[in-house]
Amino acid sequence: MASFTPAVSAHHPTTSRRRDSGLPPGAGGGGDGRRPGSPDYRARLRRARLGLASALVSILMLFIAFTSAYIVRQGLPTLDPSTNKVVHDWIPVQLPTALFLFNTTVLLLSSVTIELARRQLVRQAALEPVASIPGVSLGKDRELPWLGMTIVLGLCFLTGQWLAWNDLASRGFYVATGPSSSFVYLLTGVHAVHLLGGVVALLVAGSTVLLHRPLESRRIVVDVTAWYWHFMALLWIYILALLEFAR
Amino acid sequence: MVAQESHEHAAPQGFIRKYVFSLDHKVIGLQYYFLALTAVLVGMFLSLLMRIHVVWPNASLPLLGDIKPETYLSLVTMHGTIMVFFVLTTAPQGGFGNYILPIQIGAPDMAFPVLNMLSFWTTLVAYLVMLAAFFVVGGAPLHGWTGYAPLSALQSAGPGEGLGADLWITSIALFCVASLMGALNFITTTLDMRARGMSMMRMPLTCWSWFITAILGLLAFGVLLSAGILLLLDRNIGTSFFVPLGTVNGQLTGHKGGSPLLWQHLFWFFGHPEVYIAILPGMGVASQVLSTFSRKPIFGYKAMVYAMLSIGLLGFMVWGHHMFMSGMSPYSAFAFSVMTMAIGVPSAIKTFNWLGTLHKGRLRFQAPMLFAIGFVSLFVSGGLSGPFLAQPALDIPLHDTAFVPGHFHLIMGVAAIFGIFAATYYWFPKMFGRMMNERLARIHFFFTLIGTYCVFMPMHYLGLAGQPRRYSQLTELTYLHHLLPLNRFMTYAAVVTIAAQLVFLFNLFWSIFKGVKASDNPWEATTLEWTTATPPPHDNFAGHTPVVYNGPYEYSVPGAPRDYVMQSDPATVTAH
Amino acid sequence: MGLLLLCVIWLITIASTYFFIAKTWWLPAGASASAAAIDHQFAVTFVLMGVIFVAAQMALGYFVWKYRDRASANNASYSHGNLKLEIIWTTLTLILFIGLNLIGGPIWAAERFRPAADEATRVEVTGIQFAWYFRYPGPDGKFATTKPELEDPSAGGEAALGLDPSDPASKDDVVTGIMVVPVGREVEVILRAHDVIHSFFVPSMRFKQDAVPGLAIHVHFTPTETGSYEIACAELCGLGHYKMHGILKVVSQSEFDQWLVAHEAEKQ
Repeated sequence: MASFTPAVSAHHPTTSRRRDSGLPPGAGGGGDGRRPGSPDYRARLRRARLGLASALVSILMLFIAFTSAYIVRQGLPTLDPSTNKVVHDWIPVQLPTALFLFNTTVLLLSSVTIELARRQLVRQAALEPVASIPGVSLGKDRELPWLGMTIVLGLCFLTGQWLAWNDLASRGFYVATGPSSSFVYLLTGVHAVHLLGGVVALLVAGSTVLLHRPLESRRIVVDVTAWYWHFMALLWIYILALLEFAR
Repeated sequence: MVAQESHEHAAPQGFIRKYVFSLDHKVIGLQYYFLALTAVLVGMFLSLLMRIHVVWPNASLPLLGDIKPETYLSLVTMHGTIMVFFVLTTAPQGGFGNYILPIQIGAPDMAFPVLNMLSFWTTLVAYLVMLAAFFVVGGAPLHGWTGYAPLSALQSAGPGEGLGADLWITSIALFCVASLMGALNFITTTLDMRARGMSMMRMPLTCWSWFITAILGLLAFGVLLSAGILLLLDRNIGTSFFVPLGTVNGQLTGHKGGSPLLWQHLFWFFGHPEVYIAILPGMGVASQVLSTFSRKPIFGYKAMVYAMLSIGLLGFMVWGHHMFMSGMSPYSAFAFSVMTMAIGVPSAIKTFNWLGTLHKGRLRFQAPMLFAIGFVSLFVSGGLSGPFLAQPALDIPLHDTAFVPGHFHLIMGVAAIFGIFAATYYWFPKMFGRMMNERLARIHFFFTLIGTYCVFMPMHYLGLAGQPRRYSQLTELTYLHHLLPLNRFMTYAAVVTIAAQLVFLFNLFWSIFKGVKASDNPWEATTLEWTTATPPPHDNFAGHTPVVYNGPYEYSVPGAPRDYVMQSDPATVTAH
Repeated sequence: MGLLLLCVIWLITIASTYFFIAKTWWLPAGASASAAAIDHQFAVTFVLMGVIFVAAQMALGYFVWKYRDRASANNASYSHGNLKLEIIWTTLTLILFIGLNLIGGPIWAAERFRPAADEATRVEVTGIQFAWYFRYPGPDGKFATTKPELEDPSAGGEAALGLDPSDPASKDDVVTGIMVVPVGREVEVILRAHDVIHSFFVPSMRFKQDAVPGLAIHVHFTPTETGSYEIACAELCGLGHYKMHGILKVVSQSEFDQWLVAHEAEKQ
């Protein structure tokens, strides 16, 4: 049971943890908060990443649900009334593996390019406090070409996926042809939709550069987009592995 | 020591930016709340029509005419869907959570205000799409809020299963996206924006409830979205995720090989956490209000937190208890049943702790407290019918009888609603700067408490007697005829209870404009929202971010000058 | 107000409990071998939950009255809880709930874990919007194949099921609109559905099982009393859900044999 302590010196509240960057209270929290070293900027980056992590968890749950539906459907016996027997009607699809592998390479390359863009910004952000020293150059806007490259590669991937669907269709595998083909279109299609969202995010990131937004805003947008993009690449590898090996 | 923090966005000017496309979590919270209010009026009206039809199936209603069996079923479907999604998953979390969470943790707003605004507008669009289902050819779907396939997957399976069903699924899919956006915001805000001194274990239990609810939502809504996508594909593209080889009225459906049970697994994997999403914020509010109005710390704060966490975790492991009769493996059924009984334990702990909070308190009976007390009573009643359904052997006679809606209405349809009422009466002064009328509140409370018990307790008796769910009339089975008088009693009780809500509505709107002006802390409560002006300024604390020194429920601290110690009061620092 | 709350809460509790104890509206009399065990487990659960219900509600009402604020009231006690008490009531609740479930386990096992006895009367029960069809395999003991493409609901039992006339086993399959079974012998029900999910519910037999399209679900029960019992559909199946009912007639073995023979004869 606690008891009342008279109000003598209660300047430093007992907190269980200090969560800021260790700076004394009040410092850096004033009006500006725009310098990369300030708690406000770091807090915004952490906050953005936390938000992204949550979003990625929910997307993961979507694909976990699809995966469990996939596994259940594969093994599902169904009653064939004409024979009164229980049969399995899962016929594996002939996947356009070569095309998928090519697309995978494109996507992985795009992961590299966006990571380069992201690191460019990390470097710039680190140098920013000393940018006023003559002779120090931030190499402004170096990340733009990498962002641009990523967009191009992303669109290449999506085109490649579209070609893969055309290939399947030409061999008679449409969405409703059979359970296995349904899942191929479903998994790759939903992934493509999310990747398209990533492309839009990249365009937004690019626009923050072109519109000369402050450095740390750019850094946060590109950082979040980059991690999203990497997640999409990993997700794609998972989907491909599932389709190829869990047949 | 106060820390000046720059607020993300300056106070907006102009009507549209201030009240329509606002980024302010307080405005967004109110938008959600009023959306839920219109939804609950629609939902209640649908239930009134349902109750009338069951006891007078041949009655012709003014303007609506005869209610055909398929119309009845579409009322059932839309009532359930609107209430579960647009009332119980909207008002407690989107409404009060949005408004109060940032203030209670000492933050100027939610982590992502633009996303917050987007999530409200997506919810609104989802609501409009849902309502549109009433007005299309064929009308609203008749497959129940649970949407079991193949009934929901075959356009030919019944009236309303055409465009109406597609709109229903689309609405739900939009709602999923909106909820996921909201969940992301709540989680980030709670983890990252607490004021100095506000450790997780000093957060009010309301904040814990919104946080855990958001985690549940984050994990569950993705699964519902996946089920909705698969269902749309089955319905419109000819895939067979859920539909096996079969016929409707002798005509082959064109599907084969799908599994109706797959829909049930996906749906209930979402559906069970969903009911905890519906009740957890109510539990948080009950704890908050009981403590405040008993002038006593909540009994067992840590146990309350762990209980909510366990409920959240276990909530993901029990979905099979909706499927005992489904054809699922009886061994799995038994496993799910053990987990289901286990989840009764943290719920019981919370109930004991609420009673423990009241015990040796000094109780004040203003409106919020009445509804919190009502919440406890209803939670006990609704919760205790659970162990019957949790045992598969007993589920054999009880599954899909009126016993089931009796159970979930008491706990979701009433207890959770009482949580919303308690929250409304409690935070109304802070939101609108005025008090609601106490006398009207008391009338509202007693009529609603007694009325809802009169409607839903008898459902248990009906279920025991074998009255099945979702029957549009009870005329065809002889063994149901003797249940008509009780059904009529329930209908009369429903009419009275619904009428009593008019008292609440009048009180709400009249008090917004004409209520007695409220002070900053009319309930003498301890949490941070009561330290700021009424209503709170745009950034919640007028630039003075609070620093927290105390736990959330420091009432009647021996030796303190008043019987409550604010969380941000440095003059009285307790050990909590 | 405290007193008023106590009265309202106690009255609601007493009234609700009264109707449960008086069994004013209750399960119909059981007429199957499993009814006794299920009803007993029901009674145990009911007593335990009933005691907790009454105790919790009465305590709530009492506390609300006893600790009401008034001039003579004591200050609230500054207590954050009692760990020992928490541990005790958590453990007791856990034992109670899990224990209750475990005692009920064998009943569920008896119902569903074991397949039907070899000598059970076999009936295939098919749910189709909005009627039940019952098929007996006849002397050959085999159910003939059915083909969805042969279904014709307007032409009566066999056609509604899509019975394949080219299958020799179909010659002695009897399809009826009423389910007749002999008393005292286990009945194996093979549940099927053609369109949507239905559920075969016979309250007096304490028997329920969903009929799922794409599955043939084997369940069993043993009727112990002769009589006529209503069958209800217990899974929402469309606009006719409320009128999808049937009749189960439990008769003596000799009556059943005669009935079946008469139907077989009609087929020839």
